[in-house]
Amino acid sequence: MSGSATLGLPLGAAAPGGASGPAGLRSDLRLIAGMIDPHARVLDIGCGDGALLAHLAREKAADSRGIELSQSGVNICVSHGLSVIQGDADSDLAAYPTGAFDYVVLSQTLQATRHPRQVLEDLVRIGKRAIVSFPNFGFWRIRLVLLAHGRMPATGLLNHQWYDTPNIHLCTIRDFVVLCDEIGIRIGQSLTLDRHGRPYRLDPRGSLANLLAEQGVFVLSREKI
Amino acid sequence: MTASTARILRSRPVSDWPGHRLAVTEKMRLDCGVDFGPFTIAYQTYGTLNAERSNAVLVCHALTGDQYPADPHPITDHPGWWTTLIGPGGVLDTDRYFLICANVLGGCMGTTGPKDLDPATGEPWALDFPLITIRDMVRAQKRLIDHLGIESLFCVIGGSMGAMQVLEWVASYPDIVFAAVPIAGAARHSAQNIAFHEVGRQAIMADPDWCGGRYLSLGRNPARGLAVARMAAHITYLSEPALHRKFGRNLQDRNAVSWGFDADFQVESYLRHQGSTFVDRFDANSYLYITRAMDYFDLAAEYDGMLPQAFADSKARLCIISFTSDWLFPTAESRELVHALNAVAANVSFVEIETDKGHDAFLLHEPELFATLRGFLAGCAEHRGLARAEG
Repeated sequence: MSGSATLGLPLGAAAPGGASGPAGLRSDLRLIAGMIDPHARVLDIGCGDGALLAHLAREKAADSRGIELSQSGVNICVSHGLSVIQGDADSDLAAYPTGAFDYVVLSQTLQATRHPRQVLEDLVRIGKRAIVSFPNFGFWRIRLVLLAHGRMPATGLLNHQWYDTPNIHLCTIRDFVVLCDEIGIRIGQSLTLDRHGRPYRLDPRGSLANLLAEQGVFVLSREKI
Repeated sequence: MTASTARILRSRPVSDWPGHRLAVTEKMRLDCGVDFGPFTIAYQTYGTLNAERSNAVLVCHALTGDQYPADPHPITDHPGWWTTLIGPGGVLDTDRYFLICANVLGGCMGTTGPKDLDPATGEPWALDFPLITIRDMVRAQKRLIDHLGIESLFCVIGGSMGAMQVLEWVASYPDIVFAAVPIAGAARHSAQNIAFHEVGRQAIMADPDWCGGRYLSLGRNPARGLAVARMAAHITYLSEPALHRKFGRNLQDRNAVSWGFDADFQVESYLRHQGSTFVDRFDANSYLYITRAMDYFDLAAEYDGMLPQAFADSKARLCIISFTSDWLFPTAESRELVHALNAVAANVSFVEIETDKGHDAFLLHEPELFATLRGFLAGCAEHRGLARAEG
C-alpha cells in the first residue's frame, strides 16, 4: 500500500535521506511535512521508501515511525536507520493505543484500504491529529474522461486500469468531507492541490474545489483543533 | 571411552581457552526458587569499551552456541558462529563497539553448568543442578555487565534462544537497553518446539550411557543419544527447499541403494556427521537443561499473560527480524511481538527476510540481514551519539 508505488507518483528521493531538502519530497508530502511540529511523534502509514520519515527525522527532529505493506520498502527503510514495520492500515492499526502519536499520516493510501471508514476512525484515535491526502475522484479531468469516453479514467494520479488498480475505494473530496461529518471527525487545516501539487485558495468544502483539485490534504482530529 | 571423549580429552585444557572468567560469589535467586552460587561466568569480548562506556553490545548465543562468536572453537577449531557479522568494519564493528558474549548459565563452555562440580558433593552436578530459565541466564549476564562497570548497553542482539534473552533483557531491564535486536525468535516457545525438544531429551535419556545423568562420575558419555538429539534438532533448523537444494535424493559415495541401513543418502550422512561432531563439543545434561529453559520461556506469562506489559517501561529501539522459511520460529510469532510492542507504542522495526535457508539463516551469509542490521545499528548509534570508528 505504498502510496508512491501504487499510484505511480514520482518518488521524493531514490532512498531515504537522499533528498537534500523539502524540494526533493513529493508535493503532498512536502505540504504534510510543513504541517508537522518539531519534535512530534509521527506514524506514517504506507511510508513507501521512507522519504517523509527521513525528512521529518532530519528537519524536524521528529520521533517518526512507519508502516509499509511492501517488504522491500520496509527493508530499505530499516537499512537506512528508520523505524518501520511491515503491515497495513487495515490490519495493524487496532493494536496501537489511543493518543500514541502527535500525528498519524496516511498519504495517498486511504483509497486502497479495505475499510476506509474504520481506518479513518483508527487514525484519529491513535493520533492527536491525522493528516490524510488522497486523489479526488471529482477532479474535472476524471469526470471528463468518464463523460466523453464512457470509460474508467486511468489518468494523472489514478493511472491504473480498472482491472488492476489497487484503488478500491475511490472518493471525491465532497464524499470525504461528508464521511468525516457523519462519523464525527473534525476537519482542521485543509488544502486542495492542482495538477502540479500547488495549493488552491478554495474552500475545500465548495463545489469548485471538488471540481478543480486533483488531490486533497486534510488535517483531522477527534477533538476540536 | 568413546572416540569423542578421547578427542575432548586431547583438546586444550579449559584454562587455556581464550576469553575471561568472572567468579560470582554472591548467591543469585533463580526462578525455580533456589539461591544459586557461587558460580562462574565464562565470557569473551571484542573491541574496546569507550570512555563513556556507551558502546557495549551484548551478544546472546543460541541453544548450542557459546561465548566465541568470532573465535575458533577451542575444541573443534571451527570458525566462530557469527564471524559473518563480527570484525573490524563488520556489521558488529569491533572498531566501533565493545562486544561481550557470555556462555549461558547451565552451559558447558566454562559458565557453571551441570557438568561442573557440585561443591556440596565434589561430584558433577548432573541432575542436581537447578532448573534454569532464560530470565536466570539474563540475570547472570546482568551480574557480568555490572562487573564490567557498564550502566547501559548500546545493544543486545541474538538469534533463536539468543532472541529470547534479548526480549528478556528488554523486559527485565528496560532502562539499560538502548537498542535490541531479536532475530528469529518468539515471545514464547511453541508447542511444536517443545515437542521437538522432548524428542531430543528422550533420545539422550534413552541412551544407556546417560546413567540417570551421572555419566561423568561413571566415566561414560551418552554420545549416541546426544547425537540423535542433535540430528532431530538440526532438521528443524533447515527447510525442505534448503535440504532438497543441498542433497535432493542423492546417494552418498555409491551408485545404488545398499538394501540396508547404511547412510545411503547424502542427507543421512550429513545428519550423522552433524550428530557425531556435536557430541565432541557439547554436554548432554547441558542440552537437557538449556532446551528446558527454552521450553519454559513465555514472556507474557511473566506479566500476567499480557505481553505488551512486558514492554511497557521499555525505551529501547527494537528491530525484530524473521526469515520466510523459518518454521521453527515463524514470522507470525515475530509479528505477534510487533503487535505487542505497538500496543505500547514502542519504537520497533520489523523486517522479514526472504530466504529458503530456514531458521539457521541467522547464522549464514544473508546480505539482506547484514544490510538491515547495519542500517538499524547505524541509526541507533547516531541517536546514541556514538562516534564513528576512527581511521
